[in-house]
Amino acid sequence: MKTGFNFAYLDEATKRMIRRKILKAICIPGYQCPFGGREMPLAYGWGTGGIQVTASIIGKQDILKVIDQGADDTTNAVSIKNFFKRVCNIMITDRTAEASLIQTRHRIPETTLNKDQIIVYQVPQPEPLRKLEPKEKETRKLHAYKEYALMHVKLYEEISQFGSVIKTWAYPVETNNRYITDPTPIPKFDNPKMNNMEALQLFGAGREKRIYAIPPYTKVKSLDFDDHPFEIQTWDECCSICGSTKSYLDEIIINNEGKKNFICSDTDFCKSNLEKNK
Amino acid sequence: MYVAVKGGEKAIKSSLKLLEKKRKETGTKSIEINQIKEQLSFAVDRVINEGSLYDKDLSALAIKQSQGDLVEAIFLLRAYRTTLERYAYSTAIDTSKIIIKRRISASFKDIPGGQILGPTFDYSHRLLDFSLMREDEINSYENINNQEPKNKEFPSVIDYLNNENLLEQEINNLNDNPFDVTRDPMKFPASRDQWMQILARGDEGFLLGLSYSAIRGFGSKGTHPFVGEIKYGIVDIFISPDELGFEICIGEIEISECQMIDQFEGNKNTPPQFTRGYGLTFGYNERKSMAISIVDRALKSEGYGEEIKFPIQDQEFVLYHADNVEAQGFVTHLKLPHYVDFQGELNLIRKLRNEILQGKKL
Repeated sequence: MKTGFNFAYLDEATKRMIRRKILKAICIPGYQCPFGGREMPLAYGWGTGGIQVTASIIGKQDILKVIDQGADDTTNAVSIKNFFKRVCNIMITDRTAEASLIQTRHRIPETTLNKDQIIVYQVPQPEPLRKLEPKEKETRKLHAYKEYALMHVKLYEEISQFGSVIKTWAYPVETNNRYITDPTPIPKFDNPKMNNMEALQLFGAGREKRIYAIPPYTKVKSLDFDDHPFEIQTWDECCSICGSTKSYLDEIIINNEGKKNFICSDTDFCKSNLEKNK
Repeated sequence: MYVAVKGGEKAIKSSLKLLEKKRKETGTKSIEINQIKEQLSFAVDRVINEGSLYDKDLSALAIKQSQGDLVEAIFLLRAYRTTLERYAYSTAIDTSKIIIKRRISASFKDIPGGQILGPTFDYSHRLLDFSLMREDEINSYENINNQEPKNKEFPSVIDYLNNENLLEQEINNLNDNPFDVTRDPMKFPASRDQWMQILARGDEGFLLGLSYSAIRGFGSKGTHPFVGEIKYGIVDIFISPDELGFEICIGEIEISECQMIDQFEGNKNTPPQFTRGYGLTFGYNERKSMAISIVDRALKSEGYGEEIKFPIQDQEFVLYHADNVEAQGFVTHLKLPHYVDFQGELNLIRKLRNEILQGKKL
């Protein structure tokens, strides 16, 4: 099939440049590596960083899965898959276990990832300290000196005001005992999956032009205090489709009276679970 | 129960069809690319600037395809530009060798080579011309008595001030490898080549607002700069391939240039000198070149040791937020689904409320 574009859209020199940055990022887990991000035909903030990382490492044998909010068929996930179908003509799957490459926005699949897989996160804001210090010049220094008091004070203040840390997504983690890292806006429910993950985790921020990585089997710790240990979300309800009590649930309003149902956010997990239970 | 997330594929297809329908709904004649290029030339010039690709045909195509949404057209052109190979960097253009179409100075009444008004809306009365509602099928124009300037050399007006050392010298620290914002990630403190590139392709509205803020009072000196010279015309582009060892002309481009003279700096030991700001754009974009020259001057504040008090002087504020392809993308990403994150917030707020309400009952 002729697309009129190079395989995976980007020219080979650009892909090589990005792969070099990825290697650097893997060598320094959690360090935000600046890269010469390119304009992509999808809008900034809609996954351009993830798309560039995916485009740079994807090969003809790869089987790609793309999810947004855990689901394979949300519009932006469909749109990104259509893009790669058009410029790569590769295999696409919904099955987490089948995929060699998974691009995600805001979730980590419930199915445990293995060492033959790579997960690529779309990153809106790679700098976990940005909301505490708007200047790049300053935040780079803070990381270099491992000066993270700002973040700890912020978490402490939340506890003193609300009784607990009130960050429910993009909950900051410490990677490999060194860099405080933004896990992207995944729910904190997913944070523990990042720790010692067998799969390689790559993070692409297109607009901010940063790549970072967490190599397989790396320690990833959600920030907390001894007397206020990190906790994940729980629900009293279970998934109304597959009955799962272990997955992250989305809330759906089903009538005008505001009656709600809960369903798995991970659509592939939900489907597999339903089949298994039959 | 899955309606909320199912059907993305089908919905996208229908949405694209609806968009196409919007363009063709009433069965009017399709606009030709040439008509856009000629009759909407200011729009075309804005798109080549912010799209940062000098190709007026593709710019017109982008405007047609985006149905006149210029930010969308700019985005289309950028996404195309990114796929083009980089063959060479041109040498710096010489704006004194210019086929001039317009040239004015607000600082001197008369200048060698003369003031040339050229095509401008400046002295038009902004009254709707209802005769355009029904214009002749084929556009034609009366031959105006257009005295083509014979000069081909228009040295910069403000060089006259240079001769007296009244104007700061622009230190020629441009190296052989200028910063390339399309290849290198942003760096701070930013260098002038870096910020000039970002301003050249920055959003016109954003830069206009910033420059306005500076001259209204939220600027480094809070005063009024002077237009040393504004030029609009055609210049040659040269490259100097290594294997040739000499320059060859590869074409010509239209440019707008603004040299702004600003308040002076100096102290007991250094005699005072005017400072300057510079703006350069593709095509006829005079308003934007003026805005850039004011922002450029403000960004030099740090170098002069001036106190950084206002947004326009703040490199990170200006340079990170000037690009409308980045800005529109990130602002509009808010319409992407966020239900996973919102569920986290809902889950938390219920928990917090319960804790407090139950606590009160006790």
